[in-house]
Amino acid sequence: MSSSAAWTIAGVRNALETKQISARELTDEFYGRIDKRNGELNAFLTLSPRRAYAQADRVDRALAAGHDLPPLAGVPVAVKDVISTQGIRTTCGSKILENYVPPYDATAVERLENAGAVILGKTNCDEFAMGSSNENSAYGPVRNPVALDRVPGGSSGGSAAAVAAGLAVAALGTDTGGSIRQPGACCGIPALMPTYGRVSRYGLIAFASSLDRIGPFATTTSDIARVMSIIAGGDENDSTCAALPVADYGAEIAAPLAGVRIGVPEDYFGEGLDSEVLGKVQAGIALLERLGCRRVPLEMPHTDFAIATYYIIATAEASSNLARYDGVRYGLRVPGTTLIEMYRRTRQAGFGAEVKRRIMLGTYALSAGYYEAYYLRAQKVRSLVARDFADAFGKVDAIITPTMPTPAFRLGEKTSDPLQMYLADIYTVTGSLAGVPGISVPCGKTSAGLPVGMQIFGRHFEEGRVLQLAHAFENGGGFSM
Amino acid sequence: MKISREEVLRVADLAHLELSPEEAETYRSQLDEILSYVGKLEELDVSRVEPMTQVLVNPPGDRHPELRDDRPRPCHVAPEVLGQAPEAKKPFFRVPKVIER
Repeated sequence: MSSSAAWTIAGVRNALETKQISARELTDEFYGRIDKRNGELNAFLTLSPRRAYAQADRVDRALAAGHDLPPLAGVPVAVKDVISTQGIRTTCGSKILENYVPPYDATAVERLENAGAVILGKTNCDEFAMGSSNENSAYGPVRNPVALDRVPGGSSGGSAAAVAAGLAVAALGTDTGGSIRQPGACCGIPALMPTYGRVSRYGLIAFASSLDRIGPFATTTSDIARVMSIIAGGDENDSTCAALPVADYGAEIAAPLAGVRIGVPEDYFGEGLDSEVLGKVQAGIALLERLGCRRVPLEMPHTDFAIATYYIIATAEASSNLARYDGVRYGLRVPGTTLIEMYRRTRQAGFGAEVKRRIMLGTYALSAGYYEAYYLRAQKVRSLVARDFADAFGKVDAIITPTMPTPAFRLGEKTSDPLQMYLADIYTVTGSLAGVPGISVPCGKTSAGLPVGMQIFGRHFEEGRVLQLAHAFENGGGFSM
Repeated sequence: MKISREEVLRVADLAHLELSPEEAETYRSQLDEILSYVGKLEELDVSRVEPMTQVLVNPPGDRHPELRDDRPRPCHVAPEVLGQAPEAKKPFFRVPKVIER
């Protein structure tokens, strides 16, 4: 295998089984790549070579002993730095957790490792996953490997950039309002937000608990399916995770597309949508029709209210979740003469500007006199957005939209205007509010060479359907249209 | 104007954030812009809409499949947990004096 080769999970397995490479050599290969590119990309914040090589050696020993290999044996993966890893620093992209070392693994991490995956390290992200460009990280922005003057999207920008640049075969990200799908679109790789409750969040450091989800990045839909088969499923340590059986995603993605009904809501194709993105997504929908899908026009009339709803609910939950960072039990402490003074100084020094902005917005929305006008009203509108999806899924099997209104923007382009940054999530927050699964798949590039993402939403717990459409689209040449 | 400087300072106080005068003004104008945008939610009649308080969709007839049996399990994590504390004296977290007397 040449050093620039694009690895897939199946490719790793084949190379290990045919003794073309050992798991240790493959781990070396990926650390070599990271060594070359990470200075420029800033995708990884912390590397975990000790743990990675110990795991690689376990795989090599199993191979030498002639044992059957687990499904992800030797596969180099990266993990977003909001997901806990025992003994590996986990910062959430924040100064307040700069030296925090979790005493336990997140369930998703444990399942990946039990399946043989090699965890290379932790990836950069917007602080506490709050952002759409990765520019809110306390450890500097990530650069988009496709165009270095552009953002990789956010908040899981490091995970997306690592996979797109070939520094990991797959990665875990988290999605609260678009933070998996949007960086997937910016970096030109498939990226799945599973159904709310499909993947355990035990060990995920919370941002907005009614929205947060863990999901995978990879370079092919087959690999997304393989990772999902490992991380999905009930967990007795997470009462918000459904105990439903996990589908065989690998089999479901291969089902024929004939007769699948796809809905195209006109509400996602209006003002603010870049004309080149529009053209590519329209061509993508036409390809799905040629592949056997039946196109159905849809109306989702509350789409336009989703951003406002999302930024009230998400910030309200964040203001509550982030109250735990007070300098008492973990993370940064800035001393004060009284307990309250210590809290205030610690939080003032430890949190970045966007996190403070969101804590304040959420605190305001929950405060006496404003609760009904903002938070309660937003929860009611959330019901209307969810009803749009329920109505649509009475008529169609999947919904197709652009992932983002524009291609990846330039570093610094939107940092001075928080509201403009929020509007980058306009097509992704809807599915976040409704709890449904959604994938972003690459859908060609603009004339300037920037990736375009097409989003596919499915019914609750129908990741298999979403992946089936994505897989057919990939095989039909849709990724490189 | 949706939010005043006094309200920004009151909210910062509730959230235990200590803002500089410049920060207070920056946040005031930014929150003002965001709250004006959020005002579009008032266009909708939600008088007959229930708030969405549960996101997890359960299969019909199986209301709480994810609740485990309530059985005690061993939990010996105190040393690891205290090991992360900025200041600890086993078995306590140390903080500035809370009660004056």
